Amino acid sequence: MNERFLEKRKRIDDAIALKKPDRVPFFLLQNYMPARTEGLAYKDVYYNIDGWVEANRKFIQEYDPDMYFMIDAPGIGAGPVHDILGTVAMRWPGGTLPDNISHQFVEGEYMLQGEYDHFLDDPSDYLLRVFTPRVFSNLQGLTKLPSLKVLSLGCYGTTVYGMALSNPEVLEALQRLMEMAKPATEFAMKVGMCHAEMLEHGQICASAAPTLHPYDIISDMLRGMRGTMIDMFKVPDKLIAALEKLYPISLGSAIGVAQATGNKQIFIPLHRGADGFMSPKQFEKFYWPFLKQLICDLVDAGLTPMPFFEGTYEQRIDYLTELPAGKCIGWFDRSDLKLLKEKLGDVMCVAGGMPASLLQTGTAEIVREQTKEAIDIFGKAGLIMTASTVIDEAKPELLRAWVDATREFGS
Amino acid sequence: MAKELINAIVAMDGEEATRLTQELLDQGVEGNTILADCQAAMEEVGNLFEKGEYFLPELIMGGEILKGITEVIKPKLGAASENGDKAGKVVFGTVVGDIHDIGKNIVIFMLETNNFEVVDLGVDVPIAKFVEAVREEKPDIVGISGFLTKTFDSMKETIAAIDEAGLRDSVKIMIGGGTVTEDVAVYAAADAYGESAMDAVKLAKSWMGGK
Repeated sequence: MNERFLEKRKRIDDAIALKKPDRVPFFLLQNYMPARTEGLAYKDVYYNIDGWVEANRKFIQEYDPDMYFMIDAPGIGAGPVHDILGTVAMRWPGGTLPDNISHQFVEGEYMLQGEYDHFLDDPSDYLLRVFTPRVFSNLQGLTKLPSLKVLSLGCYGTTVYGMALSNPEVLEALQRLMEMAKPATEFAMKVGMCHAEMLEHGQICASAAPTLHPYDIISDMLRGMRGTMIDMFKVPDKLIAALEKLYPISLGSAIGVAQATGNKQIFIPLHRGADGFMSPKQFEKFYWPFLKQLICDLVDAGLTPMPFFEGTYEQRIDYLTELPAGKCIGWFDRSDLKLLKEKLGDVMCVAGGMPASLLQTGTAEIVREQTKEAIDIFGKAGLIMTASTVIDEAKPELLRAWVDATREFGS
Repeated sequence: MAKELINAIVAMDGEEATRLTQELLDQGVEGNTILADCQAAMEEVGNLFEKGEYFLPELIMGGEILKGITEVIKPKLGAASENGDKAGKVVFGTVVGDIHDIGKNIVIFMLETNNFEVVDLGVDVPIAKFVEAVREEKPDIVGISGFLTKTFDSMKETIAAIDEAGLRDSVKIMIGGGTVTEDVAVYAAADAYGESAMDAVKLAKSWMGGK
């Protein structure tokens, strides 16, 4: 490992351990921004992965941060994969959105309230034959498959499954699944290779693939926000049972990705546990126990959780003090910096400090002042300077001013 | 009886609320009278939300209970009753290029609870549609929502287009959304930014009071 890597790694590790690093580390949330500075469009992350890798390489080297955001953060899988499958639950640039519009999720009740029992009885069967065909329009044929439980019949089950596979709709769905293998793998390999190559140049990727809180899996993907909220009133026990069923998937996928990539930092974007999205009582029942367990289990596995507390978490802050000290990076969006320092200063390293909007609407002077203020609050220990959220539309001159100010005030 | 219905809705007990509705109908109570009780209940839900005792799930569940009640009484409903003067008229939408609607829907719910008439233009609203709505609907207030940072420019362009159409002086414009901050209001030339649904109601009330 080269010197540049070791220097940055120590800086970040010191910040995580709540020690004072040689200077405040800088975490670059480039997301879609390289598209604009390198003459590409947002759609290139979906349809031109070679160009996207190159643009990121240049962009990251130019700003030389201590950590950068995974280059596929804005690319939720390859564009051709979504074209092949007919993705319903997301729109993406160059596919179902114009070339320069950010991908956006189309939330829905893809799983119905009456389907909890099927899901709880056999999640794999439910997800394959009921949920998946709803979120990929070209996989309708999967609805014609017999229950996966038929496979328990071993040799005797071959006829049942063989007959089902001869159905033209099933064949069509299987054909699509085979077609997606190549573009999906190519995308993942190129992203992985880019991250590995960047590491050789001393550039550290903040995490590999993210993992989700079980409640967010249900709310974002399966039942939708509205459906999940109604479930909290109408079928709370089933919701809890589903959270318990999904928990090993959240934990296991994080550990698996860490083992496969060697990246020990685990990005956990938190969505529906924020202030306002549920009452403190609901948080304590449906969200906090799983979040706490996920973070503690990841720490026990020798990993560094990096939860993104999107929105504000000021009402929840006392819960966060229960987490193991000096073991994770809490990336905060809009929570008050002084409150974070006061309550979490000896619990977790805070990533944040710069409202993303200022990098778009502010001036170099305003950005400098904000940087200084954030660093003054934290006193250089336990802070990783970053933006409140992704900086897709930041002005390059303001980003430069911010990077320079972090080095100046953070040293 | 009606008090019980209101209590059941406020307590988020959907089954009890539907049962009481059926009971009231069987006793010959008018559908519109029951709807007025529902309105009173939702106002209480809105009050509790403002006080920080209720949160988004209660707003959603309250809406769900109301939907159930409406289905029960729909066949027996007379002509829709308009409940008097409105506090003001608001045209509301999520800007072009953005399909996020959670924030928009909360703000609309709270404005309606506070007796504002709201024309919901939906999400991904083209600039021309905002301009047309301001011209046709003649609102007092325009609410523009957006979650993506890219939408700051769309907000700016939407407001500029309303200005170019000669309609800017006829409306007050508020903006908001997950990534929107005070400085964006200045950038986009809006009259104000609101961080929460309560901010939106306060702004709307203050603007109407000043008219």
